[in-house]
Amino acid sequence: MASGFSEHADQIDVGYVAHLARLQLSEEERAAMQAQLEQILAYVDQLKEVDVSDVTPTAHAVPVANVLRPDEARPGLDTADVMRNAPRQRDDQFLVPKIVE
Amino acid sequence: MEFEAIIGLEIHVQLKTCSKMFCGCANVTGRAPNTVVCPVCLGYPGALPVMNAEAVRLTVQAGLLLNCRINLFSKWDRKNYFYPDQAKNYQISQYDQPLCLGGSVGISVDGTEREVRLTRIHLEEDVAKNIHFESSSGVDFNRAGTPLMEIVTEPDLHSADEAYAFLQALKQILAYGEISDCNLEEGNVRCDINCSVRPVGQRELGVKTEIKNMNSFKGVHRALSYEIERQKRVLSGGGTIVQETRRWDDVAGMTQSMRSKEYAHDYRYFPEPDLVPVELTEAQVESWGATLPELPAARRRRFVEAYGLPDYDAGVLVAEKRIADFYEEVAQACGNYKAASNWVMGETMRALSEANMEVDASPLRAEALAGLIQLVDQKTLNMPAAKEVFQVLFTEGGEPKAIVEARGLAQVSDSGELEGFVEQVLEAHPQSVEAYRGGKANAIQHLMGQVMRLSRGKANPQVVLDLLRSRLDG
Ligand SMILES: [Zn+2]
Repeated sequence: MASGFSEHADQIDVGYVAHLARLQLSEEERAAMQAQLEQILAYVDQLKEVDVSDVTPTAHAVPVANVLRPDEARPGLDTADVMRNAPRQRDDQFLVPKIVE
Repeated sequence: MEFEAIIGLEIHVQLKTCSKMFCGCANVTGRAPNTVVCPVCLGYPGALPVMNAEAVRLTVQAGLLLNCRINLFSKWDRKNYFYPDQAKNYQISQYDQPLCLGGSVGISVDGTEREVRLTRIHLEEDVAKNIHFESSSGVDFNRAGTPLMEIVTEPDLHSADEAYAFLQALKQILAYGEISDCNLEEGNVRCDINCSVRPVGQRELGVKTEIKNMNSFKGVHRALSYEIERQKRVLSGGGTIVQETRRWDDVAGMTQSMRSKEYAHDYRYFPEPDLVPVELTEAQVESWGATLPELPAARRRRFVEAYGLPDYDAGVLVAEKRIADFYEEVAQACGNYKAASNWVMGETMRALSEANMEVDASPLRAEALAGLIQLVDQKTLNMPAAKEVFQVLFTEGGEPKAIVEARGLAQVSDSGELEGFVEQVLEAHPQSVEAYRGGKANAIQHLMGQVMRLSRGKANPQVVLDLLRSRLDG
């Protein structure tokens, strides 16, 4: 999978990452981000020096599993409240620019 | 050059739960827009999702029914993308540790049986529905957050027929397992197709195209028939297939390039920090396995043993769970198991298919059909009249006895009343009488038909036959 983050921090493709995040960057912003992201990645890279061979990988920061709720339905929000903040609406639906497929 | 098609499917199945995947909103369809929503399924910042225990159980049960290995440890991930079918810009899904791995579904095409392998089954949240207006699109979040199981097959299918058979078999198992209602009209089952073609004998796969969001099995069959031929034509003409997403246009009967210039899917999955993993125990999985509902093959055997039905009848009746349930209700209410089978397999299934309707959507109730069968057994109704009552029960519902009375359909078995008709018919059709007496036994059928007509279909055919015989043979 292409990730925009290659093995070496100095090769990060800021333009690609910005596109995925739907960010429009000017040339100056792009250069600034390049430098900052590389610093951040270099910092994170230090973690690679830690010996974790004895540590079991975890999926979550807290050792908790199975936070489940019973399958019971309860009322949600009132539609008028839901639509109150919609910038544009029609027939109780949020309006967005026309989706072109 | 001869080509073969390589097809893989991704099937999305909405689970039959009371509430949504990560919030307590009701899991229902057909409601007015944005009336079954809350901060979680609307994707408000800061709203915390909490797993629905039943959705986990149903997915594991589906995995057991489909011969999967159950992953005792599974976790949640965020699938990041921008599209107005969800508001938080990610969908909660399972990326590298899904609930079920592997699995298989048996299919039978042209008398050949084989296994189609599954890759995995994971659980995720369904997304919102878009409604398109002239110059904008609307977003309705009622569907957002519905528990959605994604079943991914290996590229094991080779024709539109096989894909169709696979989807039918899968639907049958999931409906039987009460995992999903599998109602296609309601959008309970949706399917993405991956399809490529390669010359027979070539090892590496051809370039594949993806056809997204199919919501009918017939549509899948048509789309694949078209797309396989299209790819063969392109390759035979020396062209190349472009890896792309295509849309099936059901009216035009063809797939079309979506032309949306997009980067290869890069969803930047990462572990969902708001949800902890699911950890199952062997004992739990075993206990869920012990409560699996009866599957079609077992039910078919039981129908043969318990109701004394021919294996053929049993096979037809169990093919769809709702029909099988309906049959059992009718059979138990009327006590005449074979007649119940004839009525369900015959009139009922024919009427349903003509009306393109599911049995629970029709006004026909099982107890009404059972009552009708009893009226026939008691000789209150003959077959033509019973079929007339059935039509009313099917289109309007109601109670069979009341319909018989209202329409004056009760069978006339009184020979005194019928003798007059017999007399008239014998006088009016001397040539049939002569033919019968001359050894043409069939001629009596014509005379019977005439008597039935005079009685407006109400005569008891056995009584008429007896009367005719005694007059003609006497
Ligand atoms: Zn909700």
